[in-house]
Amino acid sequence: MIFFAILIALWAIVADRRVWDPMLFPSPWKVAQTFGADLADGSLLNATGISLRRVLLGYGISLAIGVPLGIVLARSKMVEDTVGSLVSAFQSLPSICWLPLALLWFGLNDRAILFVVVAGSLVSIAIAVQDGVKNLPSTYVKAALTMGTPPWRIYTQVLLPASLPSILTGAKLGWGYAWRALMSGELLFVSLGLGQLLMQGRELADMSQVLAVMIVIMILGLITDRLVFGSLERHVRRRWGLAGA
Amino acid sequence: MPKLEIRNVERRFLGQDQQVNALDKVSFDVEAGEFLVLVGPSGCGKSTLLNIIAGLEKADFGEVLIDGKPVTKPGPDRALVFQDGALFPWLNVRKNVEFGLRQKGVPKGQASERAMYFLDQVGLAKFAENDLYTLSGGMKQRVAIARVLALEPEVLLMDEPFSALDAITREDLYAEVQHLWQGRGATIVFVTHNVREAVTLGDRVLLMASDPGRVQWELPLNILRPRHIDDVDVARVARQLAQAMRRGRETYTKEGWSHDEFEEIDILRDLDSALGDRSG
Repeated sequence: MIFFAILIALWAIVADRRVWDPMLFPSPWKVAQTFGADLADGSLLNATGISLRRVLLGYGISLAIGVPLGIVLARSKMVEDTVGSLVSAFQSLPSICWLPLALLWFGLNDRAILFVVVAGSLVSIAIAVQDGVKNLPSTYVKAALTMGTPPWRIYTQVLLPASLPSILTGAKLGWGYAWRALMSGELLFVSLGLGQLLMQGRELADMSQVLAVMIVIMILGLITDRLVFGSLERHVRRRWGLAGA
Repeated sequence: MPKLEIRNVERRFLGQDQQVNALDKVSFDVEAGEFLVLVGPSGCGKSTLLNIIAGLEKADFGEVLIDGKPVTKPGPDRALVFQDGALFPWLNVRKNVEFGLRQKGVPKGQASERAMYFLDQVGLAKFAENDLYTLSGGMKQRVAIARVLALEPEVLLMDEPFSALDAITREDLYAEVQHLWQGRGATIVFVTHNVREAVTLGDRVLLMASDPGRVQWELPLNILRPRHIDDVDVARVARQLAQAMRRGRETYTKEGWSHDEFEEIDILRDLDSALGDRSG
């Protein structure tokens, strides 16, 4: 907290000294003012709502497909040899490269942006989960089999709960990718959301709006990282008896 | 009819440049209520054999019969206690013990009751709601034993369950396992590389040798129970067993034991029956 206070103070001093053109380097007060105005006329909340809805939907789809895909990739040699290499190939493709394809397939609409978000996060989730499941002690499955768990129920009874820590890692990674994919998508074609608000700031040469939106994006990232994933991670690490509990 | 029959079991692995006979025509019976210990150096195939009995691995040749019926897949009638416990960290102590019962379809309340009963048997009732990471290694292995006992298996398989524990904890568990076994009349197949442990626990010890993995000879033990690892009789038999094991590694040929070795075994038998007489 003190760190951020010092940072803002430094920012204020530099802006006050007019080291750079105030048009390009507005003071914290100016940014706060714009932030307040954007908040008051509802444009900021509206854009945040639209962006969050998109990312949550796309991310949800990625999780729902990526987690089971990762588990199957880790368990089946055949699936790994076939689908696995495709997944690795997709991973090397930055998500924004999907945009031209998505635009041609779906047109300039929400479905295209959703597609880009899913394409950006699904693969990284699947790969993280696959790694985690592969590193599980083999005795978990053996123990369950000797206790009478039928092989087809091993997935839900053992592999899914056992890989919770790696699912969480994948989910965190996937969230980052999903969020980035969404922002790139929104920046590149006009369709509401925070990305567009950012672009609008550029078009109006309104640096304070650009900065205000950037700060909102950072705060959202910080909140999900600390509050959502942070508390989930603490809970899982404690239960698994991992270091730093 | 024996509880468990191992018939000509063979298992081969593909080594670097040749086939390794992990198990070469292994045959023996286990009687109901018997505490059988398989002891041998690492690489003699004792854990592989246990996995085959559990149904987790398939034999390349031969078969395993339980109550006269061949084993084809793993099941709760042959529950296995693993060296690392293999407890599930996503469940608390009680739910770990309930796991197998729930898989069998035992209703929640009843499973919970039975889990508590068996946790009480291993002295951990008051830790029932704990997460696993709060337990010591010895306590975890007790949970692993309770988890398996709760299934009331026909045969209890134990794969070096105490080898990762410190000496004091191990000694406590020897006493507990003997007590539980005597109380329940279970059939146990216990694998270890520790000769002292084998003599402390077993009704009968099968000494295994490696390359190819096989049963070298068997030694019935009639030493009075409960036994302690420091008992004079246990120590004496264990020392002779270890000597025979060491000598066996040097003199065993495909044809069998040399005459000297037979004498050695006779001496062991005599000693053993003498001990048995005194105790019985």
